[in-house]
Amino acid sequence: MSTSAPNGRIGETLLEVKGLKKYFPIQRGLLRRTVGYVKAVDDVSLYVREGETLGLVGESGCGKTTASRCIIRLYEPTAGQVLFKTRALSPDGSPQVVNLLELNREQMNRVREEIAMIFQDPINSLNPRMTVSDIIAEPMVIHGKYQKGVSEERIIELLRRVGLRPDHLRRYPHEFSGGQRQRIGIARALALNPRLVLCDEPVSALDVSIQAQTLNLLQDLQQEFKLSYIFVAHDLSVVQHISDRVAVMYVGKVVEMAGSEELYANPLHPYTEALLSAVPKPDPLYKSDRIIMQGDVADPSNPPKGCYFHPRCQYAIDLCRQKTPEFRELKPDHWVACHRAEELKLRGI
Amino acid sequence: MAVATAPLAVPAKRKPISQSYWSLVWYRFKKNKLGVFGGVVLIVLYVSFTLIPEFLAPYALENRSSFAEAPPTAIRFVDAQGQLQAPFVYGLERRIDPVKRLRTWVDDTERKYPVRLFVQGDEYLFLGLIPMNVHLFGIDADPREARIFLLGADALGRDYLTRILYGGRLSLLIGLIGQFLTLVLGVTLGVISGYYGGAVDMFVQRFTEFLAAFPNIPLFMALSAAIPAFWSPIAVYFMLTVILAFLNWGGLARQVRGLVLSLREREYALAAKSFGASDWRIMFRHLMPGTMSHVIVIATLSIPGMILAETALSWLGLGLRPPLTSWGTLLQDAATVRAIRFTPWLLWVVPPILVTIFAYNMLGDGLRDALDPYSGR
Repeated sequence: MSTSAPNGRIGETLLEVKGLKKYFPIQRGLLRRTVGYVKAVDDVSLYVREGETLGLVGESGCGKTTASRCIIRLYEPTAGQVLFKTRALSPDGSPQVVNLLELNREQMNRVREEIAMIFQDPINSLNPRMTVSDIIAEPMVIHGKYQKGVSEERIIELLRRVGLRPDHLRRYPHEFSGGQRQRIGIARALALNPRLVLCDEPVSALDVSIQAQTLNLLQDLQQEFKLSYIFVAHDLSVVQHISDRVAVMYVGKVVEMAGSEELYANPLHPYTEALLSAVPKPDPLYKSDRIIMQGDVADPSNPPKGCYFHPRCQYAIDLCRQKTPEFRELKPDHWVACHRAEELKLRGI
Repeated sequence: MAVATAPLAVPAKRKPISQSYWSLVWYRFKKNKLGVFGGVVLIVLYVSFTLIPEFLAPYALENRSSFAEAPPTAIRFVDAQGQLQAPFVYGLERRIDPVKRLRTWVDDTERKYPVRLFVQGDEYLFLGLIPMNVHLFGIDADPREARIFLLGADALGRDYLTRILYGGRLSLLIGLIGQFLTLVLGVTLGVISGYYGGAVDMFVQRFTEFLAAFPNIPLFMALSAAIPAFWSPIAVYFMLTVILAFLNWGGLARQVRGLVLSLREREYALAAKSFGASDWRIMFRHLMPGTMSHVIVIATLSIPGMILAETALSWLGLGLRPPLTSWGTLLQDAATVRAIRFTPWLLWVVPPILVTIFAYNMLGDGLRDALDPYSGR
């Protein structure tokens, strides 16, 4: 599927998600009968290459976070495949592609060395009862890699690398600012030398000035440790800044995925176009021609027939109301799920 | 962009300024005068009633005498001639009222016994280890001839103050040990129930409801009847604490479950899971510490309930039985009309119970204010 990108730092496919679904049952009544499902993630397909950042954008509740949590099996997906090139499972450390959803618990825990997660809320994602040193050591302790002395030095090195001081080791999370806490979270994510880092809105809870610092730190670390990121965000300008490629989600589905510049310049899906038109521009003379979408976001427990976006789409035709569009590669490395993608001329920025 | 890494000039030997959650709690608790007072009172109570009652009491627990139902002895400073003297007590003389068929005790002003500190008396083991015979106070007299009964004597001529002091040991410890067992049961099952949810949760919750709905007294009768009669008093005592804990853990388990339900969705629990932490680790390293502040408050506020339960059950004859001495069994002695009419000093066991319960409530309130997560940092 994927071809090697021209950029030298980007390698082969590391993670490929196919048809990922996560339905949360809605239970009612005394007997907890299942009366329906919230289709939080409904047929998501995407891939990430080594050393690359894939931005995952969409509005609140579209399933971005759920999708990223399904990848690392914090939630058990309902269906689909998560193919990951791991080195943790073979005795000699040679890479092998496995479906994470088929691994047993013990195998999955071994793969977890290679996939780390950075969380959105820097206050909630660090245990308030543990010191910084305990927090960063925890992944090592869990994987039986903590050695007195050696690991302590590694923790200090990680702290320095994310811009904190060694004398912060014995402090508790509440003594730090939001940005510093997020750095502690980043240091923890790096503790086991992962290859894929799932960043779940890592900067959305931070001040704008701190956002930039944190994003730059993430980029530096990517260069240095050859990391791949899945970067979940709702802020398009943040995603543009950090991503090589971007996947756009709407009501549990990926509707478009392309290289970052390509997607921003030539969107192929009307939803992407509408999102891009909403990006504020720092120009006082600019006359907004924002596309105001009609109606509400579709209810994921009762989505519309056909294309989920059709009730709000200004280009919708009868076909859109009848048939779910297929997610297809329209141009090289530019994927879209829209019946009219070929004929529409959409505006980018 | 380079991240600011330039370290500030840190003096090499600086005391860590970092404050853990508990040191902050302690700081806030110290400001609550009533809570600190309750804590101090409890420390005094526990030290004097559980560690050193042998030393504080003038006699040994089972030291009987012929002075049955003697009233509290007055310590005097002025003798019959109106002379000021060092503190002393008069000897006691028995009078029988042939009309009322009543035995009374009157002071024999001919016999005077000085009250002294650190007198030698009955042998005991201090802290259960060191053989000693020194008591905090007493009188210089042959115990067959005269005694000092600050709070009177019971029907067997035993010093009632001594009995209250010794009785406090069992009553106060039953609260602590029982509450500890309750905590272990309640917190463990609550955390498991909240974390796993589903069928486990269903089972634990229905079981706590069953315990809560079951009438307490019959259940207790059944359980205490199940204790074999030939067991030693200490084994019976221990079984009683287990039974009390078994009846009490349900409420705590529910509260812990509720807290865990919210904590497990916190991102730090998810983070631990994302690194492959075992369920055990998530439950007891991440979730349980988060419930501790709440649990400590609940535990402190419910220890009085434990103590009262022991007292009430022993009073009903279902709990501890003589020869064990607890506040409950002492109260049993005081629970007849005859006792209240002729030996009202047997009610002196009530004030220590009240003081203990007030002190626990003050301490618990203070802790709740200090630990309350909603009061802001």
